Amino acid sequence: MDLGLLLSSAAVLGGLAGILALILIVADKYIADYGVCKVDINRDPGVSFECRGGGNLLMALAERKIFIPSACGGQGTCGYCKVEVRAGAGSVLPTERMHLTRADIRRNVRLSCQIKVKNDLELHIPAELLAVQEFACLVEKLEALSHDTKLVRLKLLEPAAIAFTPGQYCQLNVPRDYLLRRVPPIFEPIFRAYSIASMPKDEGIVEFIIRLVPDGICTTWVHTLLAEGDRVTITGPYGEFYLREDSDRPIICVGGGSGVAPVRSIVEHLFDTRTQRKVDCFIGQRALRDLYWHRENVARAAHHKNFRYFPSLSGLQGGEEWEGETDFIHLVVDKAIADASDKECYLCGPPIMIDAVIATLKDKGLPEERIYFDKF
Amino acid sequence: MPDVSPFVILFAAVFTNNILLVYFLGMCSFIAVSNTVPTALGLGAAVTFVSVLTAAAGRPVYHRVLVPLGLEYLQFIVFIVLIAGLVQFVEMVIERTSQTLHANLGIFLPLITVNCAILGLCLFMVSWSYGFLQSLAWGAGSGVGWFVAVVALAGLRQKIRFSKVPPALEGAGITIVVAGTMAMAFMGFAGMVAIR
Repeated sequence: MDLGLLLSSAAVLGGLAGILALILIVADKYIADYGVCKVDINRDPGVSFECRGGGNLLMALAERKIFIPSACGGQGTCGYCKVEVRAGAGSVLPTERMHLTRADIRRNVRLSCQIKVKNDLELHIPAELLAVQEFACLVEKLEALSHDTKLVRLKLLEPAAIAFTPGQYCQLNVPRDYLLRRVPPIFEPIFRAYSIASMPKDEGIVEFIIRLVPDGICTTWVHTLLAEGDRVTITGPYGEFYLREDSDRPIICVGGGSGVAPVRSIVEHLFDTRTQRKVDCFIGQRALRDLYWHRENVARAAHHKNFRYFPSLSGLQGGEEWEGETDFIHLVVDKAIADASDKECYLCGPPIMIDAVIATLKDKGLPEERIYFDKF
Repeated sequence: MPDVSPFVILFAAVFTNNILLVYFLGMCSFIAVSNTVPTALGLGAAVTFVSVLTAAAGRPVYHRVLVPLGLEYLQFIVFIVLIAGLVQFVEMVIERTSQTLHANLGIFLPLITVNCAILGLCLFMVSWSYGFLQSLAWGAGSGVGWFVAVVALAGLRQKIRFSKVPPALEGAGITIVVAGTMAMAFMGFAGMVAIR
């Protein structure tokens, strides 16, 4: 082996790579340096900030603890991270176009994960989103509510309290080491949205009701590995689906499957705050083994003349003892409500249930703008 | 060094010895990025820039460094490193100047690194032992040739969008048929100019 040859090859390649690296470093300093950029939010100096240009807007906002909902981790595939950019973002990129409607484009709505912070930006972010925070939590209690559903109670550590309106949801981050251990491993961050099932008065805790989805990434983790005493992080609260507390109309709540969670939060909150509003609560499940949050409601219906409770089990097998309704929930609503025109309605559950209930309620004279729903 | 004027080489590289339509190099991005004319213009310009600079830098590196040291067999890795460095530079410039073009080109911009048209023109240039000016003309001509071909195809594809294509040929099928027809037209010039 000729040592000289070996050395000269290494020197040639090394030298060439070195020279190119040097050129690129200089170029990076002068071309790819965007300096300090000002990100103006709602013209409010309290939340506006300055940052080094070059990164994408979603991450720049996340660094400032402004959490825009996003499910794909900034790859431009989920289309959730929409933000109104009033100035400075340039024209709409081809990677954004498939997620933006024409109304979005007219309102300067953009995908924050695709926008690079290259110059000063002017954003408009709704106040609810600015209230979103990241919480470090301790898993305080895991309780099996039914054969495939768990109640997960999280104690908030930092910050120690959350202010939310019943019906809103939080995102639960799946820990990275679990994602990397999976076969095949997942490298991008994964978080999943769950409605808050607890009440605003318990400001130090957040409860989720999580049903095991076959092959679900997050639900599998929650059901098999998560243990009491573990630490997790959540962000929230998010969502336009929440209890309108400035009205005094009678309320219809309909929850199906694990859509019971926000309904639980809404109903419990109403009676915590000694509401004078009439509340009709419809819960649809398949079988007796799926039913939870039942005894509480039966007791409440016996105590409060304002509260009516209509559970229905639509997939009942023979041999189970059940004297209540056995129809699909929209048929139960149809039977129980004569006139819905003065009411306000909150729906949460699978899309097919929601569509059926909305059609039923519209027939009963409920105007569409007073139907609030959360499909999942 | 063959006795051919650099101007002849420049002309020949664009028309009679087009790197894409005669040698069939650089086909993947040719098919992938020829959806619209503006995108094709952008990628064509980027490829032209990289090919000129690669030719200009590659020839001295090969003849002044590799040949005297007897390291000609390192040519592949040396050219690839050179091309990679230049592409990185072009990407920085495009990202800075046009976010739209950057998003349109997407992954095909960094993929110029392994664009066989550019490595191919380097290898032709050294195996035909071109002088410096000839190499420069060959690099520029090949780049412009690729540019012309990709923009022409993009123009045709924009028109095809309004024509009735048999369902079996929609998309990639008709594109390859069109590219083949273009190649046949360019091959009509084959042998008109000797460049080696």
